[in-house]
Amino acid sequence: MVIITVDMEKCQNYGQCCFEADDVFALNGDGQLEYVKEADESRRADIESAADICPMQAITVDKK
Amino acid sequence: MAASVVVVGAGLGGLRAAESLRAAGFEGAITVVGDEPSMPYNRPPLSKEALSAGVHVAELEFRRKPSVADVNWQLGSQVISSDLAARTLTLADGTQLAFDGLVIASGIRPRRLPIPGPETGRHVLRTAHDAMNVRNYLTPGRSAVIMGAGFIGCEVAATARGLGSEVHVVALDEQPMIRPLGAELGLGMRSRHLKHGVDFHLGRTVREFLGGDHVTSVLLDDGTELPASVVIEAVGSVCNVEWLQGNGLDLTDGVLVDQGMVVHSEIPIVAVGDVARHPNSLFGNIPRRIEHWNMPTETGRRAGASLAALLRGEQPDQGPFSAMPAFWSDQYAYKLQSFGMPGIATSIQIVDGSADDACIVEYCDDTGLVGVVGVDRTAELAPYRKQLLDR
Ligand SMILES: Cc1cc2nc3c(=O)[nH]c(=O)nc-3n(C[C@H](O)[C@H](O)[C@H](O)COP(=O)(O)OP(=O)(O)OC[C@H]3O[C@@H](n4cnc5c(N)ncnc54)[C@H](O)[C@@H]3O)c2cc1C
Ligand code: SF4
Repeated sequence: MVIITVDMEKCQNYGQCCFEADDVFALNGDGQLEYVKEADESRRADIESAADICPMQAITVDKK
Repeated sequence: MAASVVVVGAGLGGLRAAESLRAAGFEGAITVVGDEPSMPYNRPPLSKEALSAGVHVAELEFRRKPSVADVNWQLGSQVISSDLAARTLTLADGTQLAFDGLVIASGIRPRRLPIPGPETGRHVLRTAHDAMNVRNYLTPGRSAVIMGAGFIGCEVAATARGLGSEVHVVALDEQPMIRPLGAELGLGMRSRHLKHGVDFHLGRTVREFLGGDHVTSVLLDDGTELPASVVIEAVGSVCNVEWLQGNGLDLTDGVLVDQGMVVHSEIPIVAVGDVARHPNSLFGNIPRRIEHWNMPTETGRRAGASLAALLRGEQPDQGPFSAMPAFWSDQYAYKLQSFGMPGIATSIQIVDGSADDACIVEYCDDTGLVGVVGVDRTAELAPYRKQLLDR
């Protein structure tokens, strides 16, 4: 499993992560980031891309 | 012996290129040479939250993938010349560094204008070191004169106002950020800055800096004299390519690369980030440099894969490069987000809201939509971005 953590203190809701992995990250109706905390290993590459492209460098990707 | 790669420039582009080389299966030695003393760190906060709260480089450092743990970081070291055919670089201390493959990731630096008067008190903003210097001056009651009304100038203006400084922005342009945003949204952004007490001197240039050893005021071309504890010069950039001269490369505006970020067909050389003038199939494949934060990652990914292929004696992927340029800017509490290339538009239309409030602006040329900018409307830009990707 891929474990996803977003530092919500850092996150500025730019939504860049959503374009890399829209099944994991989404902006809700108020423009606030919502995300799932665990994803299948097959999603790792896209989730790492999301972490790379986050302007606030708020996303951490771990392994379980 | 296994091939070795040298990366010149320890910024985001250099880091991403190294990570991508590893992801593409390159197992040889990687040396990253960088003239700054720090590991790759994030620059955008230097005009925004870090300038406001205090600059701590360690907190700005990028997380590095485990795959680059064995990279040799040669920091505080500048490459001054190169002989690409011989595959060697010369460092400032005279040492030579040989490579099999090279990544050009040396970025840009702020342009300096030759203006008479004292030098002390004149600053630029590119590095953490620059930001620390500027930060010391931004205190209540002191006056900051910012030259240039582009994104960096405007972000610094907003941050300096937040810190209580008196702020003057001097620029030749009619409106702030007019080149990327157009006149109407530029005017809208200007009215936001006016509300926060920024004093604009548009259509003006600086004739002279006045003062003894240290700048104390700035004389404009119309005779206006502005008090200045500090001058921040944000009037464009120069590419860090001097070290590549004498090798027959096209260095007219950065380093020209193909869609795979490849500089040279025979010698395995790629370029990434702000310094790479690359084609983008979404925008007619006209080679352009794009000084946006997402491009070092996008070009770095592609470049690492290309270089790994070249070093295996294979042809790199010839497919089009079609990464979406993306830019954001924070000024006061306003959040501006851009996709595509609004700067190349020939017609601009506010499709929702108004320029001095939350809004969405469409940028078109004769081929259709080329860019979109939202102010405080980030979540609604996704369909426009999709439309740009489908171009
Ligand atoms: C203050 C500021 C705010 C910004 N804000 C935003 C923003 O809000 N949104 C956005 O999209 N973009 C923003 N950007 C732009 C973004 O930060 C850049 O696009 C990005 O940093 C480019 O990365 P790079 O790796 O290409 O170049 P750089 O980060 O410049 O890295 C190049 C490195 O190479 C080094 N170097 C150069 N020549 C040599 C040599 N000969 N030998 C050794 N080392 C060398 C340089 O010193 C530097 O460390 C901002 C930039 C700045 C400066
Ligand atoms: S890209 Fe980063 S800052 Fe933007 S919404 Fe995702 S986590 Fe937040």
